[in-house]
Amino acid sequence: MSEPAFELEDVWFAYGEVPVLEGVSLAVEPNDYLAVLGPNGSGKTTLVKLLLGLLRPARGRVQVLGTDPVRARGRVGYVPQRTSFDLDFPIRVADVVRMGRLSRAGLGRRLGAADRAAVDRALATVELTALANRPIGALSGGQLQRVLIARALALEPELLLLDEPTASLDERIGSSVWELLQSLSERLTVVVISHDIGAISRHVRTVACLNRRLHAHPSRELTPEILEATYGCPIDLIAHGHPHRVLPPHEHGGGKG
Amino acid sequence: MMEALALPFFQRVLVAGLLASLACGVIGSLVVAKRISSLSGGISHAAFGGVGLGYLLGFDPTLGAALFGVIAGIAIGLVYRRVRSGLDTLISMVWAVGMALGILFVAFAPGYAPDLTSYLFGSLLLVPWKYVAWIAAVDVLVLLGVGLLFKELQAIAFDEEFAEVIGLPVEMLFLGLLSLTSLAVVVLMRVVGVILAIALLTLPAATSRQWTASLAPMMAGAVALCAACTGGGLVLSYVVSDAAAVSAPPGPLVVLLAAALFAVSSALRRVTKARP
Repeated sequence: MSEPAFELEDVWFAYGEVPVLEGVSLAVEPNDYLAVLGPNGSGKTTLVKLLLGLLRPARGRVQVLGTDPVRARGRVGYVPQRTSFDLDFPIRVADVVRMGRLSRAGLGRRLGAADRAAVDRALATVELTALANRPIGALSGGQLQRVLIARALALEPELLLLDEPTASLDERIGSSVWELLQSLSERLTVVVISHDIGAISRHVRTVACLNRRLHAHPSRELTPEILEATYGCPIDLIAHGHPHRVLPPHEHGGGKG
Repeated sequence: MMEALALPFFQRVLVAGLLASLACGVIGSLVVAKRISSLSGGISHAAFGGVGLGYLLGFDPTLGAALFGVIAGIAIGLVYRRVRSGLDTLISMVWAVGMALGILFVAFAPGYAPDLTSYLFGSLLLVPWKYVAWIAAVDVLVLLGVGLLFKELQAIAFDEEFAEVIGLPVEMLFLGLLSLTSLAVVVLMRVVGVILAIALLTLPAATSRQWTASLAPMMAGAVALCAACTGGGLVLSYVVSDAAAVSAPPGPLVVLLAAALFAVSSALRRVTKARP
């Protein structure tokens, strides 16, 4: 059996006195398409930062692609929250995507044919080839999200980590992002941090529920009990008239995790 | 006016101003894009401490400014990457402490510091050839550093976290950028002085930003605008002094020109709407 794409073993983390993660253990198989679900302040972003080696666990072990997160850099594609971007920055789409190639380039190295090919492929994958020369300030939210995904793809990652990729996108655009991720998940491991329960129900392969502790180990099915433990209040899983339901057709009761 | 151009001192001053514009436009664009103007303001004022130290210990105050500027830049840079809250306060502190030290050092220095105001408000007209050579040396450093590491500097300016995650030495690049910023500020200190340096660093770059869509053209535009302001300020200073029979210092005129260009450009931008 191949090694996990990433593995957390009894991971604890706190910002000062404030506990953020408590004893989280989670292993994700290669080529999985996983969503980590949880409310604000549940430690989702902290989890991503641990996987990227930007934070170190207070206790426990984090392994990414079979090694230390910092050593895995250059093999992990990261898509940060789009809403944190300064759209006034003077830069064109292709320049942003080229940043993905800097990982493997030595400092000051000129980008070569292989780099250009990877950038072109990434732009084609997210269907932005036509907008390669557009300044990012002139993009829609959905287009910018695709640019950030292309930048992560340009480094040809084995694992793709996305932080709230559909935050403040409208239903239709968000849906196209989920579909893009689904097609990507056929060739690499995709991990999405989100609170978009409705979309998750339709697209991802497995779901993990996080609220400081892991309330459900990865599985496809969510129960009201798990969500209640995660969110601290009952949640209507079939809200907004989504065509597919997360819940099994009948209430099976007890949690799967 | 033409007769002024024939004067050797005026030529020297013009060359100094144009050379300073090169470092100013290139570094200023990075400063504006990365939104570290206030950090650069802190650096330029901290540099004044070095001017005072130069007076006190009897070495060239410009060297002292470069030293203090680079140290302040690296110190703020090291903290910047570690704490995100309270950064404002820290910058204000470095800003004020640098000025305070400078004032104290000057007070303790033997004798009177006759050309102190030239460091505060610029002294382009008094710039000797030696400083013109120093400005050229800073230009070479800036062009080498930014030329070789353009993509990396662009990456850390745009998204530090991503740059870190793909394995770039973000801290080293950032401290390098701040060191170059310090040197550019010291160069500008000769032109417009410590107090006005930050205006000349950022205004032409911000004006250029309004008409360009990516970093390299923004730099080129900023260099051209900075040169236009410096040259224009010198000419204005000559004309005004001649007409009003006073000695109008070029430094403030340079900065006012830069501000006027920014205002006009902003108005034009509003009229023409869409960004290129």
